[in-house]
Amino acid sequence: MTVSYEDAVVDKPTVEEPGERGSRRDRLTALAQQHGALVALVVIAAIASLSFDSFATGGNIENMAVSSAFLAVVALGMTFVIITGGIDLSVGSVFVLGGVLAAWGSRYGTVVALLLPLAVCGLIGLINGLLIARSRLAPFIVTLAAMLAARGIMLSITDEGAQTYLVDKKSFFADLGQGKLLGIGVPVWITAVLFITGAVVLRRSRFGQHVYAVGGNEDAAALMGAPVARTKTLVYTLSGLLAGFAGALNAAWLASGVTILGFGMELDAIAAVVIGGTLLSGGLGFVSGSLVGVLLLKVIQNVINQIGSLDSAYQQVVSGAFLVVVVIAQTWLGRRRQVL
Amino acid sequence: MTDLALGKSLPADRAQLMRWLQDYGVYAGVTALLLFNVVFTENFVSGENFRTQAVQVAPVLIVALGMALAIGSEGVDLSVGSVMALATSLVSLYLGYGPWLALIAAIIGGMVCGLLSGSLIAYIGVQPIVATLALMVGCRGLANVFLPQLETVRDDTMATLGTGDILGIPYLALIAAALAALVAFTVKRTTFGRQLLAIGDSRPAAQLAGLPVRRVLIMVYVCSGALAAIAGFLATARLQASDPTSLGNLMELSAITAVVVGGTPLSGGRVRIGGTVAGAILIQLLTATLIKHDLPSSATQIAQAVVIVLAVYAARERGKQ
Amino acid sequence: MTAPAEVLAVRGLTKRFPGVLALDSVDFTARAGEVHALVGENGAGKSTLIKVLTGVYHPDEGDLTYRGEPAAFATPLAAQAAGISTIYQEVNLIPLMSVARNLFMDREPKNRLGLIDFRRMHTEATRILRDYGVGVDVRRPLRDLGVGAQQMVALARAVSVDARVVIMDEPTSSLEPREVQTLFGVIRRLREQGIAVVYVSHRMEELYAICDAVTVLRDGRLVHTGPLADTDRLTLVSLMLGRELGEVRAEGMTKFTGDHETGTEPVLRAEHLTRRHELHDISLTIRPGEVVGLGGLLGSGRTETAKAIAGALPLGSGKVTVAGAPVRTGSTPAAIRAGISLLPEDRKSEGIVPGLSVRENIALAALPQMSRFGLVSEAAIDKVVETFMKRLQIKASGPHQKVGELSGGNQQKVLLARWLAMQPKVLLLDEPTRGIDVGAKAEVQKLIDELAEDGLGVLLISSDVEELIEGSDRVVVLRDGAVVGELTGDDVTEDRLLQAIAAAAEEAADTTEAVTP
Repeated sequence: MTVSYEDAVVDKPTVEEPGERGSRRDRLTALAQQHGALVALVVIAAIASLSFDSFATGGNIENMAVSSAFLAVVALGMTFVIITGGIDLSVGSVFVLGGVLAAWGSRYGTVVALLLPLAVCGLIGLINGLLIARSRLAPFIVTLAAMLAARGIMLSITDEGAQTYLVDKKSFFADLGQGKLLGIGVPVWITAVLFITGAVVLRRSRFGQHVYAVGGNEDAAALMGAPVARTKTLVYTLSGLLAGFAGALNAAWLASGVTILGFGMELDAIAAVVIGGTLLSGGLGFVSGSLVGVLLLKVIQNVINQIGSLDSAYQQVVSGAFLVVVVIAQTWLGRRRQVL
Repeated sequence: MTDLALGKSLPADRAQLMRWLQDYGVYAGVTALLLFNVVFTENFVSGENFRTQAVQVAPVLIVALGMALAIGSEGVDLSVGSVMALATSLVSLYLGYGPWLALIAAIIGGMVCGLLSGSLIAYIGVQPIVATLALMVGCRGLANVFLPQLETVRDDTMATLGTGDILGIPYLALIAAALAALVAFTVKRTTFGRQLLAIGDSRPAAQLAGLPVRRVLIMVYVCSGALAAIAGFLATARLQASDPTSLGNLMELSAITAVVVGGTPLSGGRVRIGGTVAGAILIQLLTATLIKHDLPSSATQIAQAVVIVLAVYAARERGKQ
Repeated sequence: MTAPAEVLAVRGLTKRFPGVLALDSVDFTARAGEVHALVGENGAGKSTLIKVLTGVYHPDEGDLTYRGEPAAFATPLAAQAAGISTIYQEVNLIPLMSVARNLFMDREPKNRLGLIDFRRMHTEATRILRDYGVGVDVRRPLRDLGVGAQQMVALARAVSVDARVVIMDEPTSSLEPREVQTLFGVIRRLREQGIAVVYVSHRMEELYAICDAVTVLRDGRLVHTGPLADTDRLTLVSLMLGRELGEVRAEGMTKFTGDHETGTEPVLRAEHLTRRHELHDISLTIRPGEVVGLGGLLGSGRTETAKAIAGALPLGSGKVTVAGAPVRTGSTPAAIRAGISLLPEDRKSEGIVPGLSVRENIALAALPQMSRFGLVSEAAIDKVVETFMKRLQIKASGPHQKVGELSGGNQQKVLLARWLAMQPKVLLLDEPTRGIDVGAKAEVQKLIDELAEDGLGVLLISSDVEELIEGSDRVVVLRDGAVVGELTGDDVTEDRLLQAIAAAAEEAADTTEAVTP
């Protein structure tokens, strides 16, 4: 154990601690912010498994897990971006582009199928990052432009969307999407590894500290020696890489580079990150929360699909409403903490 | 010298160039594109082509007007495309009661969306990007719930409105011009307009000066919602179909581009309606030029992405002054 | 005693900005184990000098020597790496990150895997901060700490990066008296360790309490440098102001004329203003033509009181009446309609609208009165703007110049014009002369006097004790958000005010050295 507040206070500090008064409340607030999504996930999943016989079946869970994996990988990159106080609206288009590139490249083998989308999407992320960090342009507008550009590139290599490249179902690349390891889909394993790595990087590496510092107070971070521009450039590159990789995995899973699925994914990713407790204004957040956010969205989607009479369009309405509720709660909780 | 020193003492002539670019670049761009097309594009100078271009630019322009207000208040409205979709689904639902009632229903729908995002922003303090993003998701879903698939719209009044013209000028263009004039007047000559600019420039100062900050902000998003709904109605009239799934897709981006290219800074406090009109025309001409020279729509999208980045880049240099 | 070694020195330093000569051939030397005061009015060139020393600006002419070698710092970071640390006025740390992470940012202890070793980091942080009198759980976010404690963390961080020179820019501006004492303790320890300290402050008593040497700048030029003991307070003030000693004595420090004729019925009555953690049952009255000073240390609730009266802070309970009529609290528009006007403390971010013109700024609050059916009457605005620009002698290239481009004094006058256009009954002035140059200061003070003579009720908040004493007819003293005393008539003197504040502070503090007047 480290020395706690009580130990130190024996020393009669001359600088008083005025923040103590609201600290219990503070902690409750922090707890709600950190674990609210998890509680919601458990409650909704429990209700769903009691209400629908087909919910808690192995097949359905497996299906939910794999389809969550792609969004989760995108949300992982988004988490880093949002913690720096930015936003990446290009991930949906980059995801699609990654899938198309992977499917096109799969005819030249798995290495090309993976490296090509990573290189192109990483480059898009890098350009985003440089424009935002070096030229100091607003993130939402830069990434909005990148979203358009990525879509344009995707259309130009698919004959304006008319051509769909297929992945050979017997290739090793297809196994990355469709294979199973110990009964669990490979994409799920990959996602798990990426999230654990992401969590360690964010919490325990110097780069992670820089990410938090840049989002918390950019000027101060610069004066404290954090390489602000490099950190920002890196997170957008990372977001591009992860979105492209998720697209490639998705192409392997579907065995084709689908040109229409995935647009609008940025909204789901942002929603998942925010629902997971990451502050949109930056400086606070964690990857585990984003994972919970993704699962929560997918469970809700699944429940809506289970209710046969409901159109899948309701999914969007619920997502939007959920986002509103979480953001209101966050703003409200955040304000409360400031007042105390 | 280091980057820092260079950034601090930008050469005066370059800074002036950037400022000029931000203020008048859009007009220069429109002129250049017009000249290029007049010389190199076949059948560009024709009444038919003029009508086509004018009809296509009208909805973007109307949406951009609302966007200009939102950006002027140091916000942004990402929900405009979805509001257009919501409007088209409402039009389809209420067309049975006549086109004007359908229009009113659409406008009310748009205003309610604006009221919602405006309240989130003004009362709860949610960032505009986030509040309108949530609305963007929700409204698109709602539009699809109201109207699950594309439906053709058969109404004589709407058909006339969407395709007819007076003296060769399409109704759509006239409506867009009238709305632009109205918004320009509102910004320049009303207390609302002045207060909007003050709030966009410095919200705390506006608050302490006793300005009705919340009311003005909500009004901004209500206006934006109403304008998007009108655009949705007119687009429906032109296409003679309601397509809640794809109508207004990426419209927010076109509108933001028009506003930013037109010289309205993203940092708020300034609204340029003339520039916004020219910005919308510029994007339309750019698209038309590329299409007429047999470049695919993918090239258009990439070109638009480049233009928008250039526009914010020019605006950034001014911010440093 | 031999002169200690020079650590950081500049010779013939010149820095130009477009249209301004910010530093004109200035020499400055910081020595090991010496606390060197850097003083001067606003615009004298202090902050420019500091920014050159710390690598933010690059000099146009002149040499910089650091530890005997010629040096040039490209960035603040380079200066920091070389051993020059700066404590800024506002705490420059990351509020959402933990205290320990802030302290160790970019030099975190690592374990064998190259990952951050939190256990060691927390133990170390706790140990280091205890030396600075900060005993908190270092795992908590920095923002949970008081401003004073945050300042200490910043200081601890600055010193622990192996600093040779520590530059402090108004470090006490947000500290409690006890925290100031802790800070002084730390500074003395730095001095013993042979570190050169550059101390920038406006507070005379602090300078004499802690500094060894002094350098005075005025209008970008060096006017004096030498041991502080050789320069008495009055001399120092006259050097800073550029006025003769006799003049200072004869005129007093301010342009205030003194007492005013006041009405008998209060124009403003604030009763039992209460807001959780900030204001406790504050009551005060202002009569027409009266200037009521609000005394107390920073953080005593002065600004909050003014903001609460102006409707800018929601209240838990309390009542405000203007000329007998109750005002809805927590609403700026309601307060303004009732005739209450607030000149906020933070002029730049809460007062002016920098991107709008002088004209629009003056007309801002009165817009509804100058409009019909929501349409603005340009003629009405022109008339008001012309009147006030003339009456307040606002110096601008014209009514269409952007307010952001004006000097501080003229910005303040624009704000006054904005409120006078509303024909207020009560003016709340929160630090009306802070950060504006001497000439404009005198003009603003004269204006306040004239406005009171015209029958306005004025509430004056000022950290400048002389201004508060000479400007006010009556002073209400606050501490910790409560009224703890009131000075009237002949009691309105500097001594009595300091006594009132000190007495109040002593009640609460365990130590007796709370205030060093």
